[in-house]
Amino acid sequence: MTQERVVGIDLGTTNSLVAFMQEDHPVVIPGEDGSNLVPSVVALAADGRMIVGNAARAHLIETPERAVYSVKRLMGRGVEDVQEELRFFPFHLAEDIAPGEVLRIRLGDREYTPPEISAYVLRQLKQNAERYFGPGSSVTKAVVTVPAYFNDAQRQATKDAGRMAGLDVLRLVNEPTAAALAYGLDKKKEGIVAVYDFGGGTFDISILKLQDGIFEVIATNGDTHLGGDDIDNLLMTIALDDIAGDLKLDLRHNGEAVQAIRKAVIEAKIALSSQPQATLDIHLPGGQQYRRTLTREQFEQLIAPVIARTAAPCRQAIQDAGITPAQIDEVVLVGGSTRIPRVRALVEEIFELPSRGKTPHTDLNPDEVVALGAAVQAKILAGGSAATEDMLLLDITPLSLGIEALGGVVARVIQRNSTIPASATEHFTTGVDGQTNVAIHVVQGEREMAKDCRSLARFDLKGIPPMTAGIPRIEVKFLIDANGILHVSAREQRSGKQAEIEVKPAYGLTDEQVETMILDSFDNAEEDFRQRQLVEARNEAETILTLVERAPSNPAWKLLAAEEHLRIARAKSDLEQVYKQEDYRAIRNAIEALDKATRHFAELQMETAVSFAIKGKTMRAADENMGKGPTAPHSIAPAEIET
Amino acid sequence: MTQILAQSAMAECWACDTQNDPAAYLCAACGKLLPSDSTDYFALFGLTHRLTLDVAALEKQFYRLSRKLHPDLYTRASKEKRQWSLEKSALLNDAYRALRDPIARTEYLLETEGIRLEEQSRDATDAARATGTDKQQVIPPDMLEEVFELNMQLEEVRMAAASNSQDPELMANLEVAEKNFTAQMEALQQQLESLWAAWDRALADNDAATKDAAKQAMVALLNRRSYIRNLVRDVRQALGKS
Ligand SMILES: [Zn+2]
Repeated sequence: MTQERVVGIDLGTTNSLVAFMQEDHPVVIPGEDGSNLVPSVVALAADGRMIVGNAARAHLIETPERAVYSVKRLMGRGVEDVQEELRFFPFHLAEDIAPGEVLRIRLGDREYTPPEISAYVLRQLKQNAERYFGPGSSVTKAVVTVPAYFNDAQRQATKDAGRMAGLDVLRLVNEPTAAALAYGLDKKKEGIVAVYDFGGGTFDISILKLQDGIFEVIATNGDTHLGGDDIDNLLMTIALDDIAGDLKLDLRHNGEAVQAIRKAVIEAKIALSSQPQATLDIHLPGGQQYRRTLTREQFEQLIAPVIARTAAPCRQAIQDAGITPAQIDEVVLVGGSTRIPRVRALVEEIFELPSRGKTPHTDLNPDEVVALGAAVQAKILAGGSAATEDMLLLDITPLSLGIEALGGVVARVIQRNSTIPASATEHFTTGVDGQTNVAIHVVQGEREMAKDCRSLARFDLKGIPPMTAGIPRIEVKFLIDANGILHVSAREQRSGKQAEIEVKPAYGLTDEQVETMILDSFDNAEEDFRQRQLVEARNEAETILTLVERAPSNPAWKLLAAEEHLRIARAKSDLEQVYKQEDYRAIRNAIEALDKATRHFAELQMETAVSFAIKGKTMRAADENMGKGPTAPHSIAPAEIET
Repeated sequence: MTQILAQSAMAECWACDTQNDPAAYLCAACGKLLPSDSTDYFALFGLTHRLTLDVAALEKQFYRLSRKLHPDLYTRASKEKRQWSLEKSALLNDAYRALRDPIARTEYLLETEGIRLEEQSRDATDAARATGTDKQQVIPPDMLEEVFELNMQLEEVRMAAASNSQDPELMANLEVAEKNFTAQMEALQQQLESLWAAWDRALADNDAATKDAAKQAMVALLNRRSYIRNLVRDVRQALGKS
């Protein structure tokens, strides 16, 4: 039986990758440019096309208002959540976004939701895979990774992005878990493994028990606001302050300069992982040069508070797992930020590695291991192979699920670190006689009060048969699926009536909205382009037709042969026929034919125009108009001068 | 007529369509869980309602059942089968989570016997919040004196904290109290296990009176445990440990 190809995708904050299982080992699929990493950068080109990856990076500097990166930071989030992000990232958000609404990002004069931007990245990866598999192959199914600490809304947004990109997302897999799969596949390991995943924008720690091919996650923790970007931002703040202080130049709102500085600090950061010092050398607008040398010691001092923030989630996860650091057999490092020596030293300290004669595992490329693991999971879902035989992943939900009870306090229904799928059943009743609606507020998080947790959704249980207060018994079932996404169903038990649920997802798109965005994002880029070409062609057609209409009143007209009059009339009528139709190429062809037919007339007109000593316009200007190409309005343009 | 009844009573396997005995919880042909309406956690693992159980064996069975039920194995199946897999594997995970934990297992068993500890506690919390009073927990009578003294000390700590001072002797007393209550929690664990044994014997003998007595004793023990746990929490808070 042939298996359908299912690819594994790491949709990262900084870079994204696509991988698949070739025979018995996962491989990353390179893009057309030969690179395994596709930068998660999307830019709207001047011609209306959407550009993704390395090609889009140039736009970050040249047309920053038409480009976006790190959009993963905005997935499933509201305007009130991202104020911190907006301080450091040049996201151009639409101005009229209300709290609780899905964000919209401005690129040029258009607006896109974060899932749409991510969908463009996913579509690029899908195309890279299809190109790699050869002509006629189509990739429609994928496993996509998400930070383990992503909440319900962030997961749903990622799944929506897949759908918009034409990918059936068979499973969302947590990034550290995926890394463990890639790691465990090779070694057929047993024991307790911790995965420390410090990426571009998020930090995750997961602790797994590996036994008989079962990868059982026992605890996870993290921070979806902590990553290498935070280190970049620190360095950028220093550079911008220096420049403001010494050079009296405030560049914070100069998108182009900010991007140039960001590029320079990232290079310095990378250099400092292997060299004792690095120099920031930035060419500033106005011709000035900014220069600063940073030693590794200074760098480490500077970033210490950022990397220290990874310690508390690690300790919490160890405690939740009910183990001590000494019981952890291996620590696997994932994510580009784990290349920083100081980060490795912290990991060794937290997990007490040196005293046990151990070092963290870095044998798999930290940039690729998540995508490789996603490919392993993709293979398992596609039916498996000898390499993945007996492998089964049992993941957990990172955050507790609760309901807002009286007084705004949270009643937990599913605890964090519960193996998923997980479910819980709760019973509700009415407080007033004849009440037919009950509102339920579902939240996610560990805090006591609902207002301090993440609002997931407000459910309105409708259609409850009117009864005395307290008599209806509405059973609500909460189910978290294997993707970590919540599903809710309800039933009124006394009447046996299925209660109607109206879900208002916070920061989420409805099914219908996602459906329209599938068309919007994909047919539109091309459709818009086609539309514009059509409109431009029609405008040109109208101009030339008007001019030809007026031509007989021009003295030059009389100089044409009858045959030429006939040819022009024929071409004119041809254009009149096609220019109202939808085919812009036909219009172009007809314009060109009419242009050709009137060329002699245009020349004659030029000559007569000169002898007429036209008001205001010199020959040179007319020449320029003439030289601009073959299209009719230009060759016939001098006629305008006359009127 | 009898034939039709017999037929409809057969349970068709949702995964391989084999007809199975309605009492079976796993398919005879493919070993997958059958769509019985039973949601009993013990039955799912092929266990009776005995409270003493081998957690290592439970884990093995959990892994074995996971390999039959997990949604990863059904991504290419029909929508209906995917839904079954989702619901059954959620049930399996919920059951394993409850059964492997001594307290959750005991609470679950009491729940199957019609006693809902958690709901009682939540109702009390809600009632207290609604009336704006502190939640009233019944103090176990033998602890009255101890609790009275502890509350005095906690009050002193709060007052001291308000005036930014600290009494080392008071803190030392609280440290002792914390150790004392933690030891009591551990002792309760031992007592719980002997109640399990009593319950298990009564279950085997089908001895209703002893079963009832064991249930009542377990309810009292769990209430006492939850009371002491709250005390430990308060003490730890006062000591700045959480
Ligand atoms: Zn079967």
